[in-house]
Amino acid sequence: MARELWEGNQAIAEGAIRSGLEAYFGYPITPQNEILEWMSRRMPELGRAFVQAEAELGAINMVYGAACAGVRVMTSSSSPGISLMQEGLSYIAGTEIPMLLVNVMRGGPGLGNIAPSQGDYNQICKGGGHGDYHPIVLAPASVQEAVDLIPVAFDLAEKYLNIACLLLDGSIGQMMEPVELPPMREVKRKDYPWATNGAKDRARRVLTSIYLEPEDEEKTNLRLLRRWQEVQAKEMRYKEYYLDQAQVVVIGFGTAGRIALSAVRAARAQGIQVGLFRPVTVSPFPYERVAELAARAKVLLVVEMNSGQMLEDVRLAVNGRTPIEFYGRVGGMVPFPDEILSEIQRVSRETPKIVDDPGKAWMKRMDAAIK
Amino acid sequence: MATIAVPQNLVYERPDSFTDTPTHYCPGCTHGVAHRLIAEVLDEMNLASRTIGVAPVGCAVFAYNYFAIDFVEAPHGRAPAMATGLKRVLPEAIVFTYQGDGDLASIGTGEIVHAAARGENITVIFINNANFGMTGGQMAPTTLPGMKTTSSPNGRDVETQGYPIRMAEMLATLDGSGYIVRRSLHDPKNIRLAKKAIRLAFEVQVRGLGFSLVELLSTCPSNWNLTPVESLKFVEEKMVPYYPLGDYKVSPAVSAAKI
Repeated sequence: MARELWEGNQAIAEGAIRSGLEAYFGYPITPQNEILEWMSRRMPELGRAFVQAEAELGAINMVYGAACAGVRVMTSSSSPGISLMQEGLSYIAGTEIPMLLVNVMRGGPGLGNIAPSQGDYNQICKGGGHGDYHPIVLAPASVQEAVDLIPVAFDLAEKYLNIACLLLDGSIGQMMEPVELPPMREVKRKDYPWATNGAKDRARRVLTSIYLEPEDEEKTNLRLLRRWQEVQAKEMRYKEYYLDQAQVVVIGFGTAGRIALSAVRAARAQGIQVGLFRPVTVSPFPYERVAELAARAKVLLVVEMNSGQMLEDVRLAVNGRTPIEFYGRVGGMVPFPDEILSEIQRVSRETPKIVDDPGKAWMKRMDAAIK
Repeated sequence: MATIAVPQNLVYERPDSFTDTPTHYCPGCTHGVAHRLIAEVLDEMNLASRTIGVAPVGCAVFAYNYFAIDFVEAPHGRAPAMATGLKRVLPEAIVFTYQGDGDLASIGTGEIVHAAARGENITVIFINNANFGMTGGQMAPTTLPGMKTTSSPNGRDVETQGYPIRMAEMLATLDGSGYIVRRSLHDPKNIRLAKKAIRLAFEVQVRGLGFSLVELLSTCPSNWNLTPVESLKFVEEKMVPYYPLGDYKVSPAVSAAKI
């Protein structure tokens, strides 16, 4: 297929359609409206299911119903809408059925704003809804990567009977880039042994997330955890740039990782031995790989568009053995490459210290910079 | 099950659409009657093998244990949305929700109103027993003015706790509604009328004529602190006057179908 200029949200919608999406349910919210709008035109013309729900609560529960039927189904939303969907996500996790969530983050908390943000890392990676479960979360850094990860996300969701989430921000959702979309694949409805699609010539099936006996709920939780451990063992994805010999290891995901790559290249042009580690699966988080990189680096620099949510996972991986520095912009602010470059220059110049919380020094620098 | 020696003596048996499972409902509760009517209709219309039920959160949370068909269990109030998802990807299937008044008239008002407004081709069986049964008898949107519950201990004061919602009348105003009626389960005659309405609601769905809902006035002896017989009397004397029985919406398409 030829490379064409596509807006991120539309490319994601069309990519999902070409990956065999059978049903989409959603509700308008900026900055992901173009996904809903694209689906509203394309899905009916292909004879597939589309409903603009009355709210995100309705949308996620329509997804829940369609997922019970065993079809490839998705929804998309942005921060406040994702908060409303947490109820349904928890039920879907507890029912052990697959779905895809496209989560286009914006500034928060509260109504916040519609600017790009990574402030919902904890919300989606650490659960969000009630109960013990883990969504599989993939964080693309470009429109092409988002499109490429859609079939991967569907396959992971269906293989592990898990929620898969494509986690991006408004900048990837709304920028236009050259993209090669996948060819159209036909809809293939799988014959799942659990799908509730009418008990014709077979035993009846029940899909539920209720296990009134704690013994049964414990078994269910352990079953979820066992599958999660398999995901952790087999499905870790990340990208590494210039990491051989790197003394400074920058770590960032999604848009922050992409901007950091520009800064890393500029710093290397100045002779600084710096590389970039960009997790693609932020859940499961690649703890072991971060620990390996930390063991041979002088310092790690975590860059995020939040106040240090992934930083906590990096600290967990490093376990106090290597100095960690942090640079973040929050509330919908996006860092320029120059800002990250000066952080790389600073940490390579200074003698970094192992501190308890790198966020405290960052706050002091932020206070000085914003005044 | 025991087999009957003389078949012509058979007056009552378990519908095929039921599993052989005793229900968990309290003595005198009419949930069992409502379940049975649905099972009889599924048998008569030969729909069991293509029907998917959506259970609510409430006393009927375990409805799926009693029907010998595919079933899913929805979050509180969201059954119409789940049913929408199922029906949209399985248009040949028959999808019904079974919801109480806390589920449908309180937390799930958004879902039920919009499922009806879309003319979603599903069937809803709505149990109105004027309180939250499963959680121990708290006030519901359907609790009668002055009625005592565990969260309106001095009787529902409409000045501070609002007025009951008549769901059938409200949903009947929507153009997407095909068939909206209210029946009662307080005596054999009304139970027979309720079954006819349930049959018609499923016929509406089979013919693709839009959203159908049967509201059933029901008893809750345990939480009402009445005997089963007193409860039936309460429905007849207190609930029917506030929630009049009748057909609130029979769309022109449903009338024309002459089912």
